[in-house]
Amino acid sequence: MSASLQRLKKLLRPEQLLLGAEQLAAYQSDGLTAFHQLPLAVVIPETTDEVVALIRFCHEEKLPFVARGSGTSLSGGSLPVAGGLVIALNRLNKILSVDPVKRVAVVQPGVINALVSVAAAPHGLYYSPDPSSQTICTIGGNVAFNSGGAHCLKYGMTSNHVLGIKAVLATGEVVEWGGASRENAGPDWCGLFTGNEGLFGVALEITLQLLPKAECFHTVLAGYKTLEQAGDAVAAVIADGLLPGAMEIMDALALQAAVAAVHAEYPAGAEAVLIVELEGPREVVAEDRKRLDKIIAASNPIEFRPARDAEERTAIWKGRKSAFSAVGRLSPDFIVQDGVVPRRRLGEALRRIGEMSREAGIRVANVFHAGDGNLHPLILFNGQVAGDLERAEALAGRILKMCVEMGGSLTGEHGLGVEKRDYLPDMFSSEEIDCMKRLRAAFDPLGIANPGKMFPGPEAPALKHHGLHPLEKAGVISRE
Amino acid sequence: MNSTLTPSSVAELAEAVRSTPHLLAVGAGTKPRLSAVNCMKISTAKLSGIIEYEPSEFTFTALAGTPVREVAATLAERGQYLPFDPMLVVAGATLGGTVASGVSGPGRFRFGGLRDFILAVRFVDGAGRLLRMGGKVVKNAAGFDVPKFFVGSLGRFGVLAEITFKVFPRHTSMLTLVLEAKTPETAVQILTQAAGGRWEIDALDWLPDAPYIAARLVGPAESLDPLADEILKRWPGEKLPDDVADARWASLSEFSWAETSVAHTAGTNSSLLLKVPTTPDVAAPLRQAFESLGAKVHVSSGGNVAYAAFDPGADAAAVDAKLRGLKLSSLTLRGVAPLWLGVRNETLIATTVKTALDAENRFPTLDT
Repeated sequence: MSASLQRLKKLLRPEQLLLGAEQLAAYQSDGLTAFHQLPLAVVIPETTDEVVALIRFCHEEKLPFVARGSGTSLSGGSLPVAGGLVIALNRLNKILSVDPVKRVAVVQPGVINALVSVAAAPHGLYYSPDPSSQTICTIGGNVAFNSGGAHCLKYGMTSNHVLGIKAVLATGEVVEWGGASRENAGPDWCGLFTGNEGLFGVALEITLQLLPKAECFHTVLAGYKTLEQAGDAVAAVIADGLLPGAMEIMDALALQAAVAAVHAEYPAGAEAVLIVELEGPREVVAEDRKRLDKIIAASNPIEFRPARDAEERTAIWKGRKSAFSAVGRLSPDFIVQDGVVPRRRLGEALRRIGEMSREAGIRVANVFHAGDGNLHPLILFNGQVAGDLERAEALAGRILKMCVEMGGSLTGEHGLGVEKRDYLPDMFSSEEIDCMKRLRAAFDPLGIANPGKMFPGPEAPALKHHGLHPLEKAGVISRE
Repeated sequence: MNSTLTPSSVAELAEAVRSTPHLLAVGAGTKPRLSAVNCMKISTAKLSGIIEYEPSEFTFTALAGTPVREVAATLAERGQYLPFDPMLVVAGATLGGTVASGVSGPGRFRFGGLRDFILAVRFVDGAGRLLRMGGKVVKNAAGFDVPKFFVGSLGRFGVLAEITFKVFPRHTSMLTLVLEAKTPETAVQILTQAAGGRWEIDALDWLPDAPYIAARLVGPAESLDPLADEILKRWPGEKLPDDVADARWASLSEFSWAETSVAHTAGTNSSLLLKVPTTPDVAAPLRQAFESLGAKVHVSSGGNVAYAAFDPGADAAAVDAKLRGLKLSSLTLRGVAPLWLGVRNETLIATTVKTALDAENRFPTLDT
């Protein structure tokens, strides 16, 4: 391997290559802190040509690589591979263009999600996908894992906003698919590439669709005595034919955490809080609002608070988006799950999670995207207690299996990564997994691109430990 | 060898694939060029029907041969619709053919195209294996997004058996405006400025046969007039009565504007119908270039796609040259011409992915 390193050194300036445990330590883990692994080296390319050269180098040397943005993956998607490279893409952070006529932005993979909207704002445009880590996660990572956010029911996930991709595949081939048009002819290669979990190659330039910013919002927070009542309110909104931009529910434990962390204020005695947001032209919101307010009033809330201004709206979302990291105040460690259930079975799913939690003697806080059935149970444990992590993982596994049994999915927006790879056979048959493996082999015949992710098996095992991500401790990122 | 098999179950479909060396699936044949390949055809005519529909989930699953018309009617009974606004519904287009062709209608402007609403597929690969990819819930990130890949894949990578879609609640009212676009420059200006405005327009199309932009507003009835009045203050035009508006949109969705005196199903004498993905800035040059060749052009979705109809005698080489000049490519839906015109994007990965899904080369290649 030292011969490989010698050749690698010729491709980069010395400061673009990190070696040795001390330098590599910051890269050994990502948002899934229960796993860690030191790579052989971390490389920090500054141009797309350097990325292409690195991938071709890895291909020639049969050297595994993991592309990494900000390392916020909750499924261990950017966990390094022993003996492999981490390609840190943070310096490819240019927004190459924002085009107000075509309403697109072309960005490099290391661009931070929220900065796309910042760049688009002068044109009255924004980038829709809004994972809770959006102030730090990168578009490259969003594309690799098809990240979601709170507005997916109406506006879709990352893949619904990716119009064009220039990528270097694991074979070294550079491809360009799609472009600035919202339409395409021929197979949807961008669609296939998005969500590949880093197994196909590395996106170098991404063309994102931008949407006009909604003129008007109506955000409502309602407190309920039970989770079921909050779930029933969601069902009533759907049955009425409204299409809110977001519908989110937090349970009592999550509320407690948000109160502790950001001093959020919720209706006294609420066991669950529902947030519903309408958006659109003011005339449309004015009409939809009458319907929504009537539905919520009829859903028997303890209290019902429409945001009166932008500040109150921001406060509602701050409480919601901080809930995950806030849970860190209730427990030294936690695992976030990401299963999806059919919306009509939300109440049943939550009841069963509650039962499983009591049986296992493990606290579970629930924060979820009620509009699309995407659960985020936060399983609290203490890694210092022997066996606690394993018990928490066992509970997480039972929840995942329940989601699939109910006709849902293992993951709504975090991806399978390392964390959920062993559950893939619960959702897909062996023939279907073989088909995915053939697709992977088409893009990466050597199996060098992010091995050990998505597929079950012994490929690239990792070590486990515990603890919050340093940025999470600092309150910079949150898991969702 | 141009005969047709008509399996009546998914199992029979898989068996038919296994027992036929060269074949291509066909739906209702509303875009005949896509299946104008000399090989055995598998008709999905008997693979029809909605398998699951749960309005509260915003999802349904149907067999690939189900006419979109039937789906739309069932959804409408529950106040829902397909937001990508399928084309050729009256003509009988099937769900599978709609996915394989990757054609969406004017309403795709608001919430996205077919690719944005497909959730799962069950398909038969080249080895005759029946495989399910994607998930039947509105949000899913597990496994590779093969369902999206099938959008626009023209049946060249597998035969669709079942498809799951996301749907939305249908808006309560609709109002259509036509805005005067006396010059191509004005047309493009309206397309781009209206697209970026506060009105959240549902469909925004430059009509093929008149110097007008049609803009459709949807939402609560009370909200539409004030929005329309504001738009009409900005650009001269008028509100269309509902029946006139419906006829306009139907003409676009059914390509009736594109029909010449020669029936499109008449084989070699059929008129040429192309789909051209574009951007608003090249919509006007494209329209002018094609009109100079005698074509009629419908610019849809705010300038993101154009449909062009040429008379049967059109010179495909001249069309190809115009497209190349504008760095565009087209897909031929009807008529006698190569499947693709204009610039081509040749990649090695296209070949290896074809092998991954169809090692036997049972289905035609994308070039035929």
